[in-house]
Amino acid sequence: MSSPELDVRYVANLARIDLSDAEIAQFQTQLGRVLEYVEQLSQVDVSHVEPTAHANDITNVFRADEAKPGLEKKAALANAPRQANGLVMVTKVVE
Amino acid sequence: MEITDLSVADLQARLRARELSPVDAVNALEERIEAIDPQVQAYLSRDLAAAREEAAKADVTLPLGGVPIGIKDVINVTGQPCTAASKILESYRSPYDATVIARLRAAGAVPFGRLNLDEFAMGSSTENSAYQATRNPWDLTRIPGGSSGGSAAAVAAREAFATLGSDTGGSIRQPAALCGCVGLKPTYGRVSRYGLIAFASSLDQIGPFTRTTRDSGLLLNAISGRDPRDSTSLDQPVEDYTALLGRDLKGVRLGIPKEYFVDGMDAQVRASVEAAIKQCESLGAELVEVSLPHTEFAVGVYYIIATAEASANLARFDGVRYGHRADAPKDLLDHYKRTREEGFGSEVKRRIILGTYVLSSGYYDAFYLRAQKVRTLIRQDFTNAFAQCDALVCPTSPDLAFKLGERTDDPLRMYLADIFTIAANLAGICGLSVPCGFGEADGTKLPIGLQFLGKPFDEARLLQIAHAYEQSTDWHKAQPTL
Repeated sequence: MSSPELDVRYVANLARIDLSDAEIAQFQTQLGRVLEYVEQLSQVDVSHVEPTAHANDITNVFRADEAKPGLEKKAALANAPRQANGLVMVTKVVE
Repeated sequence: MEITDLSVADLQARLRARELSPVDAVNALEERIEAIDPQVQAYLSRDLAAAREEAAKADVTLPLGGVPIGIKDVINVTGQPCTAASKILESYRSPYDATVIARLRAAGAVPFGRLNLDEFAMGSSTENSAYQATRNPWDLTRIPGGSSGGSAAAVAAREAFATLGSDTGGSIRQPAALCGCVGLKPTYGRVSRYGLIAFASSLDQIGPFTRTTRDSGLLLNAISGRDPRDSTSLDQPVEDYTALLGRDLKGVRLGIPKEYFVDGMDAQVRASVEAAIKQCESLGAELVEVSLPHTEFAVGVYYIIATAEASANLARFDGVRYGHRADAPKDLLDHYKRTREEGFGSEVKRRIILGTYVLSSGYYDAFYLRAQKVRTLIRQDFTNAFAQCDALVCPTSPDLAFKLGERTDDPLRMYLADIFTIAANLAGICGLSVPCGFGEADGTKLPIGLQFLGKPFDEARLLQIAHAYEQSTDWHKAQPTL
């Protein structure tokens, strides 16, 4: 296992979360300790082991492609912080 | 006996006999909640008018007809709040019913009340709630466990007959143990997750908190089964989970995982659990020592896989379709980053950062892929152990309920509180905690839980074993004084 080189500021940007300098410093220490702890997994020989993504061995669950009743427009929009003309409003993406 | 002291089975019998009405049951709970919840703080909100209205229409001839059931505030109920104990969902109202809620209603039950939790079910003490810290009904200076702390405390404090919680790494079983009630985590795929706010999708499972194992079976009967809206729910037949109750333990082989009885466990927990295992033996169970050799790696695997899945699941909180949105963002990036900064609490941010890191380019193989491989070994440990026994028996939590604030500055120590419960989620098997005694700390009595772990889809057997033990003791009858 490669040694933890966690850069909280960089990862917070990937995760789209602003963090204060105090939080960055705190997480750096706390998560550094957590990563040190999980470093123990490098002791396990996994060279001939398949990964488990899921506890149940199921793949590709299919269903008929049929239209069914879903949320009404009003219900679907009811929780949107900003909406207009029956649409969700998004912060401007293009200049 | 107060109405609120009744088990679900006894309450339903009285409702069916028309000795009580469902509205009486709701009113009795409301009175109890008003009297003691200012101390316990299990409920985040409740809609009394809606519950009374539904109770008045309830068909008491149905299996859970007229029984009010409290819901962890992470499961959607139409028209009700579903905050996940997060500021980011403070003003959210559910536009639909989770499948478990639709199924409870079909069984005649009345969803009543929203129960506190660690924000997005991330925690082991319910202190990570953005709204309030729920107290342990046995000692109000201590935590109820978590993340389903509100669901556990409400059942123990007689302010709910039964509740639903969710268990990703022990979030049902650990608070059940610390509050002295029965908590069941079904096999992964037994209960639909549709309408449960996702934390770690390959680990999450909804399950009941009750005061008895029979009640646990009754609730499981109602909520189980394949759901086309959750592709990971399996098409296994739904049994009557109360059918085997009353059978004794003769011929039952109970495995004792030696790795679960190591140093560092509270001495009182160890003594109670060992006495309970002897009790099972005296009831006819055959004890076999088994080994789960990868136990020591379970916490590490869990905090990689669970945070990785959480970082992806919580990406949906973007301030666009629902939830909090930052004011006057200068561009889309600022919109996302400030929305999430303002909306999420500290532990949620910490886990998103960790999860994003272990999935990020250059670290994926070293952390995430390796953890998935060790997860395979942990699953195989259980398969091997179950070849030698019908179920495993061990402690639920290594500790008694700790003091509020005691571990909030030390995430790693908090994570280690889940050491005996996490592996069951990684392996996808079923598990249950049942009261097995009391320890003492600073002169107060604190509950201890015994954990039984069962083969996939063997809940009927698991409940049979736990019921046989429970009925040979009085632990489940003990009540906190409030």
